[in-house]
Amino acid sequence: MASTTTLPPAPASKSGSRSDERMGRRSPFQKLLGRPEVGALVGAVVLFIFFSLVSSTFLTPSAFSTVLYGSSTIGIMAVGVALLMIGGEFDLSAGVAVISSALTASLFSWYFSTNIWVGVVLALGVSLGIGFINGYILIKTKLPSFIVTLATFLMLTGLNLALTRAVGGSVSSPSIATMDGFASARAIFASSINIAGIEFKNTIFIWIILVAVASWILLRTKVGNWIFAVGGDANAARAVGVPVTKTKIGLFMAVGFCGWILGMHNLFAFDAVQSGEGVGNEFLYIIAAVIGGCLLTGGYGSAVGGAIGAFIFGMANKGIVYAQWNPDWFKFFLGLMLLLATIVNLIVKRRAELK
Amino acid sequence: MNAKQIDQQTLLKDEKDPLTHTPVHLLSLDGVGKHYGNIIALRDVTMAVDNGRVTCVLGDNGAGKSTLIKIIAGLHQHDEGVLHIMGTERKFSSPRDALDAGIATVYQDLAVVPLMPIWRNFFLGSELTTGWGPFKSMDVQKMKDITLAELAAMGIDLRDVEQPIGQLSGGERQCVAIARAVYFGAKVLILDEPTAALGVKQSGVVLRYILQARDRGLGVIFITHNPHHAFPVGDRFLLLKRGKSIGYYDKKDVTLEELTAQMAGGAELAELAHELAELGGHSDVVQEVQAEVAEVAEVAGVSSQRQG
Repeated sequence: MASTTTLPPAPASKSGSRSDERMGRRSPFQKLLGRPEVGALVGAVVLFIFFSLVSSTFLTPSAFSTVLYGSSTIGIMAVGVALLMIGGEFDLSAGVAVISSALTASLFSWYFSTNIWVGVVLALGVSLGIGFINGYILIKTKLPSFIVTLATFLMLTGLNLALTRAVGGSVSSPSIATMDGFASARAIFASSINIAGIEFKNTIFIWIILVAVASWILLRTKVGNWIFAVGGDANAARAVGVPVTKTKIGLFMAVGFCGWILGMHNLFAFDAVQSGEGVGNEFLYIIAAVIGGCLLTGGYGSAVGGAIGAFIFGMANKGIVYAQWNPDWFKFFLGLMLLLATIVNLIVKRRAELK
Repeated sequence: MNAKQIDQQTLLKDEKDPLTHTPVHLLSLDGVGKHYGNIIALRDVTMAVDNGRVTCVLGDNGAGKSTLIKIIAGLHQHDEGVLHIMGTERKFSSPRDALDAGIATVYQDLAVVPLMPIWRNFFLGSELTTGWGPFKSMDVQKMKDITLAELAAMGIDLRDVEQPIGQLSGGERQCVAIARAVYFGAKVLILDEPTAALGVKQSGVVLRYILQARDRGLGVIFITHNPHHAFPVGDRFLLLKRGKSIGYYDKKDVTLEELTAQMAGGAELAELAHELAELGGHSDVVQEVQAEVAEVAEVAGVSSQRQG
């Protein structure tokens, strides 16, 4: 995946002006060390080797497929959250917004007895709308995104519980398994693909496609340039004509879009959603992005880094089970990984910049 | 004080614009003023900018220089007077608006994003793209090549356009910002205190780029509080104090000493410089000391203003 981030070396004929004696000291290895996701990569490799050694089943293909599935459910959201963090903002409402999206699709199509797809499209609108409202309030009030999205988080948590009970009369949304369009929606959002006898959940592929698209946007389009700029210095960006407002609102809506995909998966993997779910997950997405090298202050990071962060999360989550440890240790492990990966990021970045 | 003030009406009477050959200013302000609520930030400022000329705006902190450039750069709108671009009255509603009219501003805080590579900064907001529709992507190699070539043309020799711009020195960053404005076809270049945070040598480098931009035919507005930086490169000098114009001179009608004296508002400063010259130091040492004196005087001026 890292190959998408580096250009092939310039042909020799063009290198006349760029061959400089001061350039010789930066080897390709040092260039790799200068990339934002290197700390996470080191952590992922270490963790992988560790679990391979302590667990006999960790290296089996089916276990690997499970690890990837666990990673993808975090990773899909981490893509949007990483972009948003590079753009200099947080979204604490991302975790419950996933459930809001799933509840919208399920409750709407159940209550009005429509085709499921009507609910799915409406849920997309709601998810993008939540992102838009987050971004719009942020821009208009100039409040920190921490406060704005914390408020959205609380409101959505309440709305999820209250509306689900008001409409369906229970804390869980009613089953929609027998309704029109359920089979086709399940095929899109929650199916498995059999490769060489192993079942891979399709969220893995959605995740990979999202990471690839996000990397391309970030590194190769002008929108990507603007994302780095609004996170690095919004005033400077505005002064040279970058549409800061549109970029930030767009980023919040991208998080909404990722939340919609995951929400639909959560809904169609079963046939109902618990209205109280999702609380706390926003931190997992932020943790994945931070482990992957995104700076909390914005302006630096990568989509691939967020993906590696999510993969670390998936390995730790399932690896503990395969190693037959008590899963109570998982959160401790996660905290330790967060600390170590960010310290490695910091050290590597400083050393790479000195060279 | 025997310096002759510029009469705006007769300024271009015998003179034609070097590029357009018409007696119309590239940019002119006539009686421009701005107030925030009941605070008057700027009033009755009249000045002109022409192609291939440097107009210097001199003044202490709080003199209204920032307000003036913000009006020209489209960040604020003036409440009084008129702003003409090539003879047409304009009022800019946004920085983008001013940019489209050919007015580029290099800000004191540089308007660069420190963590981003030089080439990304160079093209920020005006990225080159190839491809079509949703597959439109940046032409990265071309952008890197142009950045390197444009900076080389300005005499800036860089190792690597991929390094974060924050790693460059203040002077180099100013030069990148100037080169960027020149490349994107600016007709008017506003430089907001480009030498304020720089050492003597770095300031010299930046002053040289100002002249290069001028020689490329740009109209330059050079904002500074240092007459020693303004005088060697400027063609016209507008002096601001407390939001008001206290003088507007052509270079042939004014001397460095007169500018300095008006800026500092005291005769003792000129006396001190004279004294130092009499002590018989090396001429460039004296010049440096003069520059230092001017700076010290400014600091004193600020603190006395604060007390007052």
